[in-house]
Amino acid sequence: MPVITFIEFDGTEHQVDGESGMTVMETAMKHNIPGIDADCGGSAVCGTCHCFVEAGGDLPAVEPQEESMLGLRPDRESNSRLSCQLQISDQMNDMTIRLPEFQM
Amino acid sequence: MNQAVTQKDGLPDPLTTPLDQLDVADPRRFEHDTWQPLFERLRRESPVHYQSYGPGGPGAEGDFFSITRYEDIVEVEKNWEAFSSEPSIAILDPEPDMSVQMFISTDPPLHDDQRRAVQGVVAPRNLQEFEVLIRQRTQETLDGLPMGETFNWVDRVSIDLTTKMLATLFDFPQEQRQLLTHWSDTATSDARITAGRGLSIDERRVIMIEMLEFFTKLWHQHKADDRESFDLIRMLQRDPKTANMVDDPLSYMGNLMLLIVGGNDTTRNSMTGGVLHLHNNPAEFAKLKANAGLIPSMVSEIIRYQTPLPHMRRTATRDVELNGTLIPKGSRVVLWYVSGNRDSDVIPNADQFIIDRPNVRNHLSFGMGIHRCMGNRLAEMQLRIVWEEILQRFDRIEVMGPPVRTCNSFVRGYHELPVRLHPLT
Repeated sequence: MPVITFIEFDGTEHQVDGESGMTVMETAMKHNIPGIDADCGGSAVCGTCHCFVEAGGDLPAVEPQEESMLGLRPDRESNSRLSCQLQISDQMNDMTIRLPEFQM
Repeated sequence: MNQAVTQKDGLPDPLTTPLDQLDVADPRRFEHDTWQPLFERLRRESPVHYQSYGPGGPGAEGDFFSITRYEDIVEVEKNWEAFSSEPSIAILDPEPDMSVQMFISTDPPLHDDQRRAVQGVVAPRNLQEFEVLIRQRTQETLDGLPMGETFNWVDRVSIDLTTKMLATLFDFPQEQRQLLTHWSDTATSDARITAGRGLSIDERRVIMIEMLEFFTKLWHQHKADDRESFDLIRMLQRDPKTANMVDDPLSYMGNLMLLIVGGNDTTRNSMTGGVLHLHNNPAEFAKLKANAGLIPSMVSEIIRYQTPLPHMRRTATRDVELNGTLIPKGSRVVLWYVSGNRDSDVIPNADQFIIDRPNVRNHLSFGMGIHRCMGNRLAEMQLRIVWEEILQRFDRIEVMGPPVRTCNSFVRGYHELPVRLHPLT
């Protein structure tokens, strides 16, 4: 089981166990990590679970739907992802997820 | 005796009349607040529903599909290539000579460029700058209200506050702000969707040109007074991709209309709707009184329950199947957010107003996908502040009579809500 470290915009860190089959977004919601809103519930159509993947590999490629939402973010970086599209598996390495200043 | 015409709205019975005889977009169901049964039936019997005539009934131009289930609406929103926002996001096609261009009715890449140029205005970082100002204006408005006497909440609070906010966003002269309300009302008062009660094409054209002239002058004034300001017009001027928008009047006017309507009707009617829904649900109001920490969650619930914009339209760019029904290329496809927000398969007890419901943010009022409302955070902030300030001043807001609702299928709102304030004891 990979360990997921969420870092809020103000630097506060939260370490939680990632469960196989859940997404990073669902993990954040389950543990009440502030900074992820997930207004659409995981369909990649709202963009409010945006995050930056600082470490942790083997991620699925960005699909066109995710790309179209990321493209609207004024604060997009090369490691920007929608956390609802990041499915966790037991084979994954530990991940570090940095949260943006705001969701919109 | 025929039961079919005994409805309070004067329309055929939505449950027993054959579906092909019902105009889904009839604005009178919104005026009388009788829209729910028809949409419930559509979700059950015909979730991807073709109507062979346009708004106004048999013979009217503008046939369209109605999409009424939550999940189907999300599917369409996702697929912006098959379901284009051009040429219009309203059921009817643009009127001749009124085909102004706004980014809400464009597809990428133009859409993304124009949207990005103004998005910063309503980004949460900028909102913090606005919060103090909004709170101040909210306090002024609420402090000026009469205690213990009946007045119209729509005029005195909802319109007043949203218009002050819009003027702030454009750095528009506050003393002339009622012009913004006037223009916003004009933009959504197409006689073709308001059962004939709106304005004609010619009347609207005159008013829209007046608006364009005013804003063209404002553009040049802002340009000359190039100070540090995060208003929408200076944001457009600063971005290379929109810096010359004033030279393209149709595009400039279209985007102004979008931002004015987007920031006006929606928040205004949610401000009024919240008062009404809390009055009608005293147990929910009691929860709120006991725990002001519920305000953000309540704001999302008000926005869902009100759904101030009942629909948006897309146009099929190719033959496409949705939930087992073929939608032919060129079809108008109307996404009824107002119905998806009451889809109990996705939102449990969707017809109930519950301020602390789980997953309260999962609603369709802001739309989904690339056209999702840009001002959602601003709207939520405005409503949050209003309720924070209300709770500090009043024991409750009593609704004294039935609301007068708008007769419009595009804007679900209110002309009047008579209320009386009760002081804190």
